[in-house]
Amino acid sequence: MTGNRQSASPPMLEAHGLVKRFGRVTALDGADFELYPGEVLAVIGDNGAGKSTLIKVLSGALVPDEGEVRFGGEPVSFRSPIEARLAGIETVYQDLALSPALDIVENLFLGRERRARGILGTVFRRLDRVGMHREAGERMSELGLLTVTDLSQSVETLSGGQRQGVAVARAAVFGSRVIIMDEPTAALGVSETNRVLELIRTVRDRGTPIVLVSHNMPQVWEIADRIHVHRLGRRVAVIRPGTHSMTDGVAIMTGAMGPGERH
Amino acid sequence: MLELIHRFFHRNPTAAPGIVLLVAVAIFSAVAGDRFFQPFNLSLVLQQVTIIGLLGVAQTLIILTAGIDLSVGAIMVLASVVMGRLAVDFGWPPAAAVALGLAVGAACGTVNGVIVTRLRLPPFIVTLGTWNVFLALNLWYSRSQTIRSQDIESAAPLLQWTGRSMELLGARVTVGSLLMVLLFGVAWYALNWSAWGKHVYATGDNPQAAQLVGIRTNRVLLSVYAVGGVICAVAGWALIGRIGSVSPQAGLTANLDSITAVVIGGTSLFGGRGSVVGTLIGALIVGILRNGLALTGVDVLWQEFAVGLLIIIAVALDQWIRRI
Repeated sequence: MTGNRQSASPPMLEAHGLVKRFGRVTALDGADFELYPGEVLAVIGDNGAGKSTLIKVLSGALVPDEGEVRFGGEPVSFRSPIEARLAGIETVYQDLALSPALDIVENLFLGRERRARGILGTVFRRLDRVGMHREAGERMSELGLLTVTDLSQSVETLSGGQRQGVAVARAAVFGSRVIIMDEPTAALGVSETNRVLELIRTVRDRGTPIVLVSHNMPQVWEIADRIHVHRLGRRVAVIRPGTHSMTDGVAIMTGAMGPGERH
Repeated sequence: MLELIHRFFHRNPTAAPGIVLLVAVAIFSAVAGDRFFQPFNLSLVLQQVTIIGLLGVAQTLIILTAGIDLSVGAIMVLASVVMGRLAVDFGWPPAAAVALGLAVGAACGTVNGVIVTRLRLPPFIVTLGTWNVFLALNLWYSRSQTIRSQDIESAAPLLQWTGRSMELLGARVTVGSLLMVLLFGVAWYALNWSAWGKHVYATGDNPQAAQLVGIRTNRVLLSVYAVGGVICAVAGWALIGRIGSVSPQAGLTANLDSITAVVIGGTSLFGGRGSVVGTLIGALIVGILRNGLALTGVDVLWQEFAVGLLIIIAVALDQWIRRI
């Protein structure tokens, strides 16, 4: 239903000629990257291909040695994940950057709490707890996440999939323009994985493009609109689940097949 | 059944100390009767826990960030000495002396906070060091001399204002006790109803996650230690009211007592979990235990024995409750 819009609109997030060296190791060697509005772009690659380095550059955790990153057409150079996040690039980390002892609402609004109106908010700095609770409920149900009924339960009491849901919801709720997800289902069981995939589709259909880093090929072929194949520090191909089989993808990823070939 | 109990305590961290407090009150009411459960005696307990309670507020804030402050007692005494010396020996206006005492508390707390955040040393080590430093400054500035109660009374009665008591329903409540209750209220409000409070919890719970959402955890830590220093100085003022004089030797056991109150109150030493309400209950439990055992004629050493047991039980319970 999506993924064909890139011909019409310019990339949301793009990078050209990225180079990143760690000592004598070249992790990125002239890498390019494009993410178009409204798509799920999967990034696949063998271990050590440099895909985490690519993701860290895009999310502001690493500064590239060469090359440029453009966001919404404008050149950007993030020096920290916080800068990237403020610009609208939200990263959902594999180890879930949530605060386990705080509850769901508190986690959703952590760092961007809302104050009550009037003198209570300005002078007494009182939080608008009721308002935040209501908005959290609305947003979570929009995303189909209201299997969690009690928003004031602490995050540590949630299952892995529910926590992932909270992390994704936090990224999706606050109007971020791009969401990067690093192995979001790595620690989850089958049904929870399906729920997270469903959530990814929902977020995409609401218009936020998603970069999905995954080792799970069936999952990538199920959900991605386009697949960015990374090998030896650069992008070697962009394929589609419709035109290339999983075997083709793995062959390109490992270098057994050239990007242009097809079985 | 056990699961239900566990979930209940997990959701209500102050429930366990609350129950212990009620049980203790019930037992001593049964054993010691009217001598224990009467307004005058209970207000005496409140007076006895005032200092520990005030330091406990500061200690709770710091322990919630997964830190600890071993210097709270030293800051308290130093602040009281500064207030006393300025007002009595140097003839400052009492209000100015109190203000400067509070400023000294803030400065001491800020020193702790700066070392913890800039040098990235463990708070335990930092405050173990500053504890000695502040105590030495205290001995130097006080010239190891006590300022007598009569001298304060004639030169600066404001310093003893915290010891003034008033009748409330047959109980005698001191200004210091009211100050303590007020500060517990303010701290409770700040922790539960302000963004700063949420950031204090987040910083102690998972600092990396807090930083990733844009919380400047170093700034939070610094503010917590500085505020803690001011509260310790308020405790110093309350200390003058409690003992009447200013003594550089006062409150030597206050450090550990404040940590005891926090721990018995169910706040986790690993940070991120707990509440100031728990600490108030924890301080009251210790106070009631001491008072009740004394009334029933039990030797002082068994009071300490009971408090010690209680600490271990409280921490064991906390470990169990924190399991998911």
